[in-house]
Formats: sequence, C-alpha cells, structure tokens
Amino acid sequence: MAHAHAAVMQPPAAAEPGSGVYNEKLGMWIFLGSEVMFFTALIGSYIILRFGTPHPWAPPGVILNIPVTAFNTFLLICSSVFMVKAYAAIADGKKHFLRTDPSVPHDWRLWRWVDGGLKFWFLMTILGGATFVGIQVYEYIHLAHNGFLPSGIKEGTHFGELVAQGIVPAATAGIYGSTFYTMTGFHGFHVTCGVVSMLYLFFKKVLPEKYSEHDYRGVETIGLYWHFVDLVWIILFTIVYLI
Amino acid sequence: MATAVAEVKAEKASLGSTLWSWLTTTDHKRIGILYGVTAFVFFLIGGLEALIIRAQLAHSGNDLVSAETFNQLFTMHGTTMIFLAVMPLSAAFFNYIVPLQIGARDVAFPRLNAFSYWVFLFGGLLLNASFLFGAAPDGGWFGYPNLTSKQYSPGLNIDFWVIGLQVLGIASLAAGFNFVVTIINLRAPGMRMMRLPVFTWMTLVTQFLVITAFPVITVALVFLMFDRFFGTTFYSTAAGGDLLLWQHLFWLFGHPEVYILILPAMGIVSEVLPTFSRKPLFGYAVVVYSGLLIGVMGWGVWAHHMFAVGMGPIADSVFSATTMLIAIPTGVKIFNWLATMWGGQVQFRTPMLFALGFIAMFIIGGLSGVMHSSAAADLQQTDTYFVVAHIHYVLFGGAIQGIFAGIYYWWPKITGRLMNEKLGKWHFWLSFIGMNLAFFPMHFIGLLGMPRRIYTYSPELGLDTLNLVSTVGAFLIGISVLIFIYNVWWTRRHGEVAGNDPWRAATLEWTIPSPPPPYNFSVIPEVVSRLPRWSVTQMKAIPEVPPEPIHLPGGSYWPVVTAFGILVMAAGALLHSLWVVLLGGAVLVVGIYAWAFEPFEV
Ligand SMILES: [Cu+2]
Repeated sequence: MAHAHAAVMQPPAAAEPGSGVYNEKLGMWIFLGSEVMFFTALIGSYIILRFGTPHPWAPPGVILNIPVTAFNTFLLICSSVFMVKAYAAIADGKKHFLRTDPSVPHDWRLWRWVDGGLKFWFLMTILGGATFVGIQVYEYIHLAHNGFLPSGIKEGTHFGELVAQGIVPAATAGIYGSTFYTMTGFHGFHVTCGVVSMLYLFFKKVLPEKYSEHDYRGVETIGLYWHFVDLVWIILFTIVYLI
Repeated sequence: MATAVAEVKAEKASLGSTLWSWLTTTDHKRIGILYGVTAFVFFLIGGLEALIIRAQLAHSGNDLVSAETFNQLFTMHGTTMIFLAVMPLSAAFFNYIVPLQIGARDVAFPRLNAFSYWVFLFGGLLLNASFLFGAAPDGGWFGYPNLTSKQYSPGLNIDFWVIGLQVLGIASLAAGFNFVVTIINLRAPGMRMMRLPVFTWMTLVTQFLVITAFPVITVALVFLMFDRFFGTTFYSTAAGGDLLLWQHLFWLFGHPEVYILILPAMGIVSEVLPTFSRKPLFGYAVVVYSGLLIGVMGWGVWAHHMFAVGMGPIADSVFSATTMLIAIPTGVKIFNWLATMWGGQVQFRTPMLFALGFIAMFIIGGLSGVMHSSAAADLQQTDTYFVVAHIHYVLFGGAIQGIFAGIYYWWPKITGRLMNEKLGKWHFWLSFIGMNLAFFPMHFIGLLGMPRRIYTYSPELGLDTLNLVSTVGAFLIGISVLIFIYNVWWTRRHGEVAGNDPWRAATLEWTIPSPPPPYNFSVIPEVVSRLPRWSVTQMKAIPEVPPEPIHLPGGSYWPVVTAFGILVMAAGALLHSLWVVLLGGAVLVVGIYAWAFEPFEV
C-alpha cells in the first residue's frame, strides 16, 4: 500500500535540467511573486498618500477597533499554524479526523493522546479563515453604520461628530476611508478565495482521502498561499491599524 | 466529453478541425495560432485607426474627424497596438515556439494557457465594443487622472478602458506564470539554462517583467476604477489624494512594459541573424546577460516619463543617469548582432531583411531615446511629435519588424510552406521606406513645436509638407501590410514545401516535421549542445514515428467558460449592475471548480 503510488511524488524523470520542484508548487511561488508586487504597490501607495500629505492623519484606535482586529489577527495566525499541522499530518500519512494515539497513555491532558489528522487540521484552517472574514464583514458593517465609508466620513454620524470635534482630521478623512477599505478589502478577498479553494479541496480531496504521504501537493501548494495571505495581514494590521 | 486522457497511437494522433476542437483546444501550437490570428486582426484595426489619424493630419485645418473622434482614435490606436497587437503577437511565438525550442510536448499548464487566450480575446473584444456605443476610450493610452476622473470624463469611455485593461492584465499574468514554469521545468534532458535559445531566454525575462509589472498597473487601475465607481479619493487632491501617484504607478509599469514589447523581438532577431549569417551568435552569454540586465534596470528608470512634472533636480538627475545607463546593455546587444554577421555568409532572405531593418531602426529609436534621457532636452520634447517619432522607431521599427522577421522565419515551421520571397521583399522594402517617410519627419515636426494628440494644426506653423510626407509614408506601410496578406493567401496554395529545416537552422524546433505533429517530439530529445543541429557532437536523431504510444491530453471547455465568466463580470461592472457581476462570478467559480477536478493529465 505504502509504496504502490510512490511514483507520483517523484521529481520529474531527469532531475537536471528541470528545477526539481513540481509544476504546481513552482507556479504558486511565481504567482506569489506577482502577489508580492501587487501588495507592494498597494502598501507603497498607502505610504506615499499618508506621508506625502501635509495634513495630519486620523490617530490610531479612534475609528478602527484595535482589540477586535488584534483578536482577528490572532485567529488568522492560528489558522496558519493549523495549516502547518495539516501539512505535517499528511506528510506522516495521517488522513483521519481525530483519533486517540495508542502510544500515549490516556491522561487528563487531552492534546497528548488525541491525535489530529489531515481532515481535522484542514477543517480548522478553513474555520479560522472563514471566521476571520466573518469578523471583517461585521467590522465593515459597524464602520459603515457609524459613517466611515470608502469616500470619507459622513456628516451627522458617530464618526462625523469626531470630525466636527477635530479629533479626526477632515482633510484626510476621504483618503483614510479609501485606503482602509481598498487594502483590507483586497486582503479579505484573498482570504475568501483561500477559504473557497480549501472548501473545494476539503470535499473533493481531503474527505475522500485522495491525499497520502506520497502525494499531498494540493495541501502544500494551498498552504504556501495561505501563509502568504497571513503574512500580508500582519503587515497590513501594523500599518493600517497600529501606526 | 472531450476531457478524458486517451492513450493515442501516435500515428493516428490528430486534433480534428471542427470549431469545437478549436474552442476546447489545449494544444500550445493551436493556441499560438489563435493568438497570432486574433492579434493580427487587432493589428489591422489599430493600423486603420492610425491611417485615419494620418489622413486627418495630412494638411492643416482638416476636418475629416472631430476632436472627440480624434481623441478616441489615438487612445485606441495606442492601447490596441500595445496590448492587443504587439504583446499577443509575441505571445503567439511564445506559445508556438518556446515548447519546441526546449524540447517539450506542451506548456506546464495547458488549460491555463487556453484560459489566457480566451481572456485576451474577450478583453480585446470588450475594449473595441466601446466603438459600438460611440464611447471608445479617449484619455490617451496613459490615462492620466484627473483627465480620466469621473468629473472630467463622466462617460463610459474611460470605464471601458479601465475594465478592459484589467481583463487583459489577467490574461498576461496567467500566461506569465505558465511560461516561467514551462521554461524552468519542462526543458528536455540536457537543455541547461545556458543552452536555451536566446528567444526562449528573452521570453523568460519578458514573463518575469509581466508578472512583476502588471500587478502595479492593476493597482493603479483599481484605484481609478474605485474613484470612478465608489467615490474613493485616491487621485483627488481635494480629499487628500495624490494625482502624481497615478503617474508613478503607471510608469513603474510603463517602462518595464516597453521591454515586454521589445525583448521578444530582440530574441527573434537573435535567432534569425545567426541562421542567415551561417554563424553562431557572437557572445551568446553576453546577449543573455544584457537581456537580463535590461529587464532589471528597466525598473529603475520610470520617472524619465515625468521630467515635465517638476520632481526637482536630484530626482531628475538620478533618472537621467539610470536611463543613460540602460543604453549600455542595449548597445552591447547591437554590437553582438553586428559581430554575428561579421565574416559570415550573409543570406538576404526576407526574415533576415526584417532583422536587419530591426537593428537599423532600433538604433535610430535608441538614439532619440538617449536624447530623452537628458531632462533638460526632454523638457523641449515632451508632448511633441519628437516623442511620437521615438516610440514608432522602437515599436514599429523595432518590435513590429522583429515580429515580421519571426513570422517569415517560423512560417514554414508552423504551416509547412515557405512564404513567397519576392512578395516578402516587396513587403519589407515598402514597409521600410514607408516607416521612414512616416516617422522620420516627425522628429522635425516635433522639434518645430507641433504638440502630439491635437486633432489639427494651423497653416501658419508651416508643417503641412512634412505632415503630408508622414501621411504618405503611413499609407505605404498600409500597402505593405496588404502585400503581406496577399503573400499569406498565395503561400497557402503555392508555397514551396518546407520540410523539417528549410533554413538549415541550429535549434531544436527544426529537428521535427513542419508543421509538428500534435505531440511535437516522437521521443523527448536529449540535448548535448547549445546549437543541436550545428554541433559536431550530434544529438540522437528523432524518429519519424513514435516508438511508444504517447499520452495526449484531450481538450477542455472549462477554460473558455471560466474566461466567459470574467467577461460577464466585466460587462456587469460597465453596466454598474451588481447582479450581472455576481452572475459572472458564479460562472467563474463553477468554471474553476469543474476545471480543477475534471480528469486531465499532461
Ligand atoms: Cu520609459
């Protein structure tokens, strides 16, 4: 059983001159290179807009809720960790959901003897990502409801009051909304794409146990994407929320 | 369903010729032909636009077209020639030739390749559909806000442009990922990087530029689209935005883009010159490295398009210097090409003529380019016909002539027949004389003060004669293209049968029949040298009939369905209809799902 499909994971017939990295993984790396340029342009524009303007910027934490988003950031990082666990599980050939590990004596510490497989960790990764998007949608609704829009801050709303009191500068309110929604929106879109793709894989590949320790290219490839999206968020959270 | 993987007896392998087989094809050669034919039609449309522009400017005070129409014509001419003609004509060669040159049976992701083509086609159709609404883009191919902001361009014109370019960007990016992986991973055994033909090398550099430069313009376009659709304020200074942000983003993309346009042509010329000089390319490694260097340095020069902005003496000096530096690797290439011919047995066949025309015209365009690099001189030349002269010397004299060199060179490989030499020479000389008549006077027209993108001029400027000469030249180019079309038609019936290698060329694509069988190589070749057909150490001959059955992937209709989803989304955005966008998105999601899980093997 173990060696029946060994041929699938072998590098291309002649290691030289190909790169030795299978096409999907190399393609994902190249795609991520392109994504780096996309987010660099986005973040670079933000830096130019924010530090190029002679006007002051809204102080952090006044409009955006830092604690909630900090929790959301934690969630996304956890999701990345779950992805690593999923990868490690299938690399060990663990296709199951949860099982008790017979080699460890059962004691009160659950994680010592309950052993998660690919199905469990992959599902946890998806849940982490989906919850992140859910909280982001909630955040958007909350912000828009209080008058913070992509075009600026509406008068006569909660945030409009802050502008009237001079706490949030009026001159940069428009560009603040524009950059906030565009940057976090594109990131949220990336997370959503990741969640949808992982749902595809979960139902078509993970549940039917199509992956094995000999071929788990799909897990590795989507994992690369997922860690990238996570990394981008840490940068975005820092420059959009914290600074 | 045409999706199953069939183990085909190679002698019987054929792809059929029905419309359905073309819609679902994943064969790189067919996709190459689709790219070529489609891009050539767009080239004709863009050329027609140019002829109307030149007819309007034939004499002063002309009223053939209105100012509004003129704006649409020059915008669509530029946009069409760059994104719908030169880039996809190069893509036709990437598709057809690169897998053959590296000894592969297809590209790394055949369905993604089909997807790229369909998205390109739909994007091109979308852009040109604007004419049907009388709302063709009219903000210039560079689309500067605030001219293109909602306030000053409230119509659909700019919406077509913003959305059309984003769709085309998807096509270019998808092709970029595909070809990088193909060239790195699908090389035949022994085809080391420094054995790659120069055309394949330049393709690789070009694709790296595509995948790094297109995200930047995507961001610029997204900002403009959001400004127009959702009232964001990226380019609105009144609300904290920054107009210059567009110019920086656009030219950060725009300058690498000129290398995306010219490097493939340089690659073609580097294949044609050795073949018709009967000598290996002089300084292969230097040509490759200078191509790489051009690609890298192309990122550090963008603001030479912005000297008129007033960035200050330091920024101006830096960008002047980097721009002058980039002339060095370019000059190195030119000397290598000249040295390749030195002492060779030069044969003036049509591809060679176009390659020589490329070198000559590119030198003139390069020289005026170096003149632009001086900020002080550039201030006099900005927005005049001098710049128009420069870009047409590098893009027509350079890119288009390089592409025609490639068409005449690889035509026998693609169709199995040699094109008519006599007609080819007529094509070359008419086009060569025409382009110099059309574009050389523009240097003077510009220096004498005629601004570009103005629909007419007054007789007092005294530029009637020069403009008329330019117009006559443009129509000569038009006639030369008609001769080319006649040549294609003639060759279909009467062209001399080519055989495997009519030019006695050196590279791998000439070791197999013309046109190549669906599987390209009956056995995967083992490469032992850089010029397999010219080396003393001969590679193992490739048998006529495959010794073993070959896996041939069936076609798939999901790429075209997925691309259609993108078209519907784009149309929905134009109509400002969320429901249509969601419908398109649904088609897209279903398309990708079905694509990802249909049985398909390379
Ligand atoms: Cu430039």
